[in-house]
Formats: sequence, structure tokens, C-alpha cells
Amino acid sequence: MNSIITAQDLCLWYGQSQALKNINIQIPERSITALIGPSGCGKSTFLKTLNRMNDLINGVRITGTVEYNGTDIFSQDVNQLRKEVGMVFQKPNPFPMSIYDNVAYGPRTHGIRNKAQLDEIVERSLRDAAIWDEVKDRLKKNALGLSGGQQQRLCIARALAVQPKVLLMDEPTSALDPISTLKIEELATNLKETYTIVIVTHNMQQALRISDRTAFFLLGELVEYGDTEQIFSQPADKRTEDYVTGRFG
Amino acid sequence: MKKSSKLFEGFVHGIFLVLGLVTIACVLIITVYLVASGIPGIVEIGLTDFLFGDEWASTAAEPKYGILPFILTSIYGTLGAIIIGVPIGVLTAVYLAKIAPSSVKNVMGQMVSILAGIPSVVYGLVGMMVLVPGLRKLFDIPDGASLLAAIIVLAVMILPSIIKMSVTALEAVPQEYEDASLALGATAEETYFRVSLPAAKSGVAASVVLGVGRAIGEAMAVMMVAGNAPNMPDSLFQSVRFLTTAVASEMSYSSGLQRQALFSIALVLFVFIMLINALLNFFLKGEKKE
Ligand SMILES: Nc1ncnc2c1ncn2[C@@H]1O[C@H](COP(=O)(O)OP(=O)(O)O)[C@@H](O)[C@H]1O
Ligand SMILES: [Mg+2]
Repeated sequence: MNSIITAQDLCLWYGQSQALKNINIQIPERSITALIGPSGCGKSTFLKTLNRMNDLINGVRITGTVEYNGTDIFSQDVNQLRKEVGMVFQKPNPFPMSIYDNVAYGPRTHGIRNKAQLDEIVERSLRDAAIWDEVKDRLKKNALGLSGGQQQRLCIARALAVQPKVLLMDEPTSALDPISTLKIEELATNLKETYTIVIVTHNMQQALRISDRTAFFLLGELVEYGDTEQIFSQPADKRTEDYVTGRFG
Repeated sequence: MKKSSKLFEGFVHGIFLVLGLVTIACVLIITVYLVASGIPGIVEIGLTDFLFGDEWASTAAEPKYGILPFILTSIYGTLGAIIIGVPIGVLTAVYLAKIAPSSVKNVMGQMVSILAGIPSVVYGLVGMMVLVPGLRKLFDIPDGASLLAAIIVLAVMILPSIIKMSVTALEAVPQEYEDASLALGATAEETYFRVSLPAAKSGVAASVVLGVGRAIGEAMAVMMVAGNAPNMPDSLFQSVRFLTTAVASEMSYSSGLQRQALFSIALVLFVFIMLINALLNFFLKGEKKE
């Protein structure tokens, strides 16, 4: 498989404290890569580096390279990069607007004005995010009226509407009930036909259920990265073993 | 010990209750007084002649008490101030809340506070000495004291409250909304105008209503720059008189029906302010619901 994202010797500092240490990783296209590890070990930081959301934080310094599709992400247009590398946040964060306007926000931002075309994108995105049937009769209603699980799927639909290639998900189910969690996991599994998914999760079972590759982070380092089954059954590193068997973290 | 502390608590409670009642009593007394002293004039003149009469000649041999010129002047003056002041105020608020570096923000925030604290007679004075002659030269008119001068002064006067309330509303917009927009590839500016501002809309709307309230109730500054002749406001360059200044300028020497009519004008002004307050409550409630 081709790798769509490649990081080399990636280091990141928040002011004086180093949050990422020499990360080297190749993320394959159309697959699910899970990032696991204890809290504060740099998973979110790494994820936010990939769509340059860290740019917004004062005092962040980055060395090393990250390539998306063979080009350096730091020398390309950040808005174009974020259009192709979408993000779903830990806490569902729909805009305080109608369901329709939420999904149409991205396409409108990128210049699509035609009503019929927008209608089509909205429907397709909501279908892809497996929420169309639940909201098709209330597209004009405020999105904040949806349940947490529905809001998160709406956020996925909103991200899909700009037709990204990569979807970054930061613990997308940590605020959700088990049934909503299951729906999102199913959804992620279906989406990997078309998209590359990088997902941070605290839930070992979730990583095992849905991901193809798993990366184990510890204290800002990438300790081990490989096929999910192998990471969970025969980890090469003692620290990985301790973590996945629940002996710490 | 227990008993005495309870007694003390009751005592403190009582004091606060009395203080609260004082405020309520003031509002009630003012309302009752205004209605009682405003109604006779309206009855005597006739409601339609009073509200829609287009001539005010209170000291003529055959006096006329039509206040339509004042009502329209107050409405036009306020609208004009809003049309100029709101875009400037809201854009400034976006800049201060979202874009400005913290040093600029601090300095400008202080300036806005100072602007809010300047007494209206000073606004009037500066308007009179600088703005009025400036307009006279600029537009080549006989006298710069006009509706336009009043609009400009009012626009500046309502800026601080619009800016401050809008900044507060914009700063309260959760960062997550803006992150979501940026992560979709929107630029920072697109995010401010298409996500932050709409999310802050009830606070911004409330700030506008507050501005309207301040503009419509302002007397001193407009008296000094508007020319104060009771004309119909058919042009921006007309010398005009507002509802507030109509009361203020004749009260000291008025008597009889003229005096009653002035109270009636005050009553009309009061009704306007009440309506604006109701509108403000409506917007603030809307904000809570969201
Ligand atoms: N905005 C920030 N400013 C300073 N330090 C931060 C910031 N965000 C995260 N960190 C620090 O970076 C480290 C990694 O954090 P994070 O990437 O959020 O970990 P994880 O997602 O694995 O829990 C932590 O020590 C955290 O305190
Ligand atoms: Mg995290």
C-alpha cells in the first residue's frame, strides 16, 4: 500500500517542553491507523500536527518533516491542506446553526453556491456518515438539538462534505454511549474504503476492533508501530506489552 | 447563638429587601407621575393632532402643538447613528476580540472605556466647535448645526456600548466552533464572520438595542449640534429638534398648556424607551435559550 502521510524525525515543543520526540511513521492510504498510549503522551499533538492545527498555538516549534502525498505540509497552503486532511474532535462541536448549514458550511466556504449542488453534497455526506435517515426530515432544525452521538456523526458528515482524503479523529467516541460508539466504529470501518483514517483512542478494544495499524506513543515517543494484530499479540517492546495488556496507563 | 445569628440574617435580608424596593418605587413613581402629567396635555390637544401634527409653535398667538417633527427627528437621528455606528462598532469588536494582539487590545480597550465615560456635554462642545463648522465648510451650507451633525455625534456616542457588548459576546463564543471551521479549511477571517459573529448574534443585537436606547435618550449633545429649530427633518442639513431637546429647551419658561404638552412629549419618549427595553430583554432571553 502507498503511504499518504510520512513523518520524519518530527519533534515538537510547546515553549520549553518537548511533546514529540523524533517521530518516524508512514501511514498507509485507505486504512485505519490507531494511535494509542497513556494520557499526555502526545497523541493529540501528533494528530494536530498533521492538519497544522498546532499553528494556532503560541510558542509551538516544530522540526523534522511531515509529507502529505509527497509534499511538505509546512510549505503548502494551510487551508488547502486542511480541506484534504479533515478533523473530527473529541467533543462533538456542531456549529449553532441548522443541520443543513453545518454540512454545507465547508462546501460554501470553498465557493460552492449552487443550491442543487449543495443539496446533493449535504445528502451524500449525511448518508456517508450514517445519519441521513435520522435527520432528513429536520434538516432546517438547529444541530444543537441532536443527541451527542448524532452530533458526532453530523460532525463527521460536515468533515466529509469538503471531500477530504484523510480524516483525523481525536477520541471521537470518548464522550459517547456504547451504542453511538458502535455506530461510529462501523462508520469508520466503512469509510476506510474511500478515506484514510487516523484515530486516537483510549480504548484498546476499539483499536483492536477497527484499526489495521497501531502506533503506541509513550512520553512523546513513538515506541512501536505495526500491524494491529501483531502489536496486540506479539509486541516487540516490553513497554508496549505492558500497556496493551493493561499493566499500566 | 443560633437564634441571634438567625435574627441577624433576617435583619440583613430585610435591609436588602428595602433597598430593592426603593428602586422599584422610583420606577413606579416616575411612571405614574409621567402618565398623570402627560395625559392632560394629550387630551386637550387631541392625540392625533399631538402625535401627527407637523407644526410646533408653542409661543405663537395661536399655539400649535404637533410633535411629528420631533418624533421623526428622533427616529431618523437614531437610525442614522445606528447605520454609521453599528458597522464600525461591530467590526472594531471583531478586531479587538479576535485579531488584535493583546497589547493593542489593551490600549484600545482603555480608549473605548474612556470614550464611554466622556460626559455628553463634552461631546456636544467638541461637536459644536469642530464638527459643525467642518460640515458648514465641507458642504457649503449656511449653518452646519443640523441633523447630520447630530447623527455623527450620536454615532460616536453609541460606539463604546456596541463595542464592549459585542466584544464580550464574541469572546464567549466557544473555541471549538472556530476550531471546527478552521479544520474545514476556512481562513481565520471567514471563521470570524461566518461562525463567530453568527454565534454571538444575540449579544451583538442586544448591543445595538442598547445603542438605540442611548441615542434616543440623549439630550445635551444633540441640543448643541442639531440647531434646535422645530423643523420637519426633510434633509440631513436641516436644523432640527429631538424629543429630548424639545422638553429641555422650553421647560424653564413654559406654562399652561405648553408646559402640559412638554410633559406629554416626555411621556412619548418614555414609551419609546420602554419599547426598546422590551426588545433588549427579548434578545437577552434569546441568548440564554441558545
Ligand atoms: N497547548 C498546549 N500548550 C502547552 N502544552 C501542551 C499543549 N497541549 C498539550 N500540551 C502538553 O503536551 C503533552 C502531550 O499532550 P497531548 O498531545 O494532548 O497528549 P494526549 O493526546 O496523548 O493525551 C502533554 O504533556 C501536554 O501537557
Ligand atoms: Mg488527547
